[in-house]
Amino acid sequence: MRLGLVIDLDTCVGCHACAVACKEWNTSGTTAPLTDYDPYGAKPSGVWFNRIRHFEIGDYPYNKTVNFPMSCMHCENAECVTVCPTGASYKRAEDGIVLVDQNKCMGCNYCSWACPYGARELDRVSGTMKKCTLCIDRIYDMEIPEEERQPACVLTCPAHARMYGDLDDPESPVSRAVRDRGGYQLMPELNYNPTNHYLPPRVHAPIPTEELKKKAVRKVKEWVNRVVER
Amino acid sequence: MHPALAVIFLTLFSGGGFGIMALTAIINDFQIDGGLNPLQTMIAVILSLVFVSIGMLSSTAHLANPKNAWRAFTRWRTSWLAREGVFAVLYYPFAFAYLIWVFFTAGTQDTVGLILANLAGLIGLITIFCQGMIYAVLRTIRQWNTALVPANFYVMGLAIGATILAAERMIMGAPAPTLVGIALGLLVAAAVMKGIYYFWISRPNGPTIRTATGFNRFTVRILEQGHTFGTFLTEEFGHTLPNSKARSIKFMMYIFAFAIPVAALIIGILTGQMVFPWIAVISVVFGIGVERWLFFVEAQHVINLYHGRQQC
Repeated sequence: MRLGLVIDLDTCVGCHACAVACKEWNTSGTTAPLTDYDPYGAKPSGVWFNRIRHFEIGDYPYNKTVNFPMSCMHCENAECVTVCPTGASYKRAEDGIVLVDQNKCMGCNYCSWACPYGARELDRVSGTMKKCTLCIDRIYDMEIPEEERQPACVLTCPAHARMYGDLDDPESPVSRAVRDRGGYQLMPELNYNPTNHYLPPRVHAPIPTEELKKKAVRKVKEWVNRVVER
Repeated sequence: MHPALAVIFLTLFSGGGFGIMALTAIINDFQIDGGLNPLQTMIAVILSLVFVSIGMLSSTAHLANPKNAWRAFTRWRTSWLAREGVFAVLYYPFAFAYLIWVFFTAGTQDTVGLILANLAGLIGLITIFCQGMIYAVLRTIRQWNTALVPANFYVMGLAIGATILAAERMIMGAPAPTLVGIALGLLVAAAVMKGIYYFWISRPNGPTIRTATGFNRFTVRILEQGHTFGTFLTEEFGHTLPNSKARSIKFMMYIFAFAIPVAALIIGILTGQMVFPWIAVISVVFGIGVERWLFFVEAQHVINLYHGRQQC
């Protein structure tokens, strides 16, 4: 089994709900708390497992905003685990989830240096490294309904831009999505072989804004708008 | 990278300390300039131990949770950091044994003494290699991911060690022509090695913002980093140095790390003035400290691509 996420860059609206849901769940989860520094002050900062960046792809007028959520990719070649001197970082053999044993971590930051995706953040208060657990305390919780045994970020996403599943199983919905949509890994040249995949934006025909104005309906609309007072 | 003083001191002082021990062993092996007498040997070994200890103690200051530091010796099968810790600790019994042996028997160059000295020196050199590999294995930082890093650590550590040993001999009024020659050779070699390193890392060839986001055929620009203030990632990896400033600091580094020590050692051996060996030692330690600071500040982690850098 190789559990991970597939993120649809076509539908992600960049609302940060996944990051907020992640923070909410995990601040009382297995590696809790996710400490905040100066949360209501001038320099708010803190530990997050999930961060969303926003990029502009292409040049005007052929440009597009792409919202880009990033969390731990649970890499197959997880260098963060290899370099860890204490054995606090480990990758579970049964499902490929990369975790940090908070009781063993000495806070040397070395694993965060080895991670290309910025998945690991040091908690200054506990002095330990913290990272996405793929909500391990949700996905294996037999007390909650089966359809809720998914990471908090996946459950909360209003655009259904996040999928969770087994990427080792070629017939799982995530594997199918990757296959059908041309899903890809980030920075493949570093050879970390991340489990999480990203689905590129679909190619849409551009909406013709110029021609619209010439249509009769549009002209009538404009005329009505001019006549009718608000 | 954030240039943490703890890590700068670790690599600077422990490198110099291991350099002193390795060269002490070599000098006594081959009786270079007549070899070090017991007092000089003891001073050298004590200096080495002090340097290594400064490095090791300051490295624990880099840990956010030092109570688990003892665990850092457990993963020596995979982690270069663990290997460095194991060898650094293994160094102490041999160095102390040599120190005690010399103190009680004055046997700097007998078989037992030389075996202890060479083992301590060898373990020190292995530790420098492990230290360099800590950085060289990171594919995320192209400025570090090169075999030149451990090579540089070696030659810098040996250059510091040779300068200190030559200065010690001169200050104690013993003949030191060959020692000064070794120190000059190592300083020049270190300067050249560093030049090769700077040439090697000068042109960007690492991942780009395009491969980082997967939009390989488009221009990609950051619109929003997604946080109002800094994060752990920007604090740890966000440091950069403008090219013009880097150039002037490198020039200054070359003056202090190599030019002044070389000149001071030459003038010192010619004039016999006590002040010049001191100048050489202080200047080389400061200069290579600046070099280590540059080593960290210039390292550009690929996470910066997700914060808007086009190339690392």
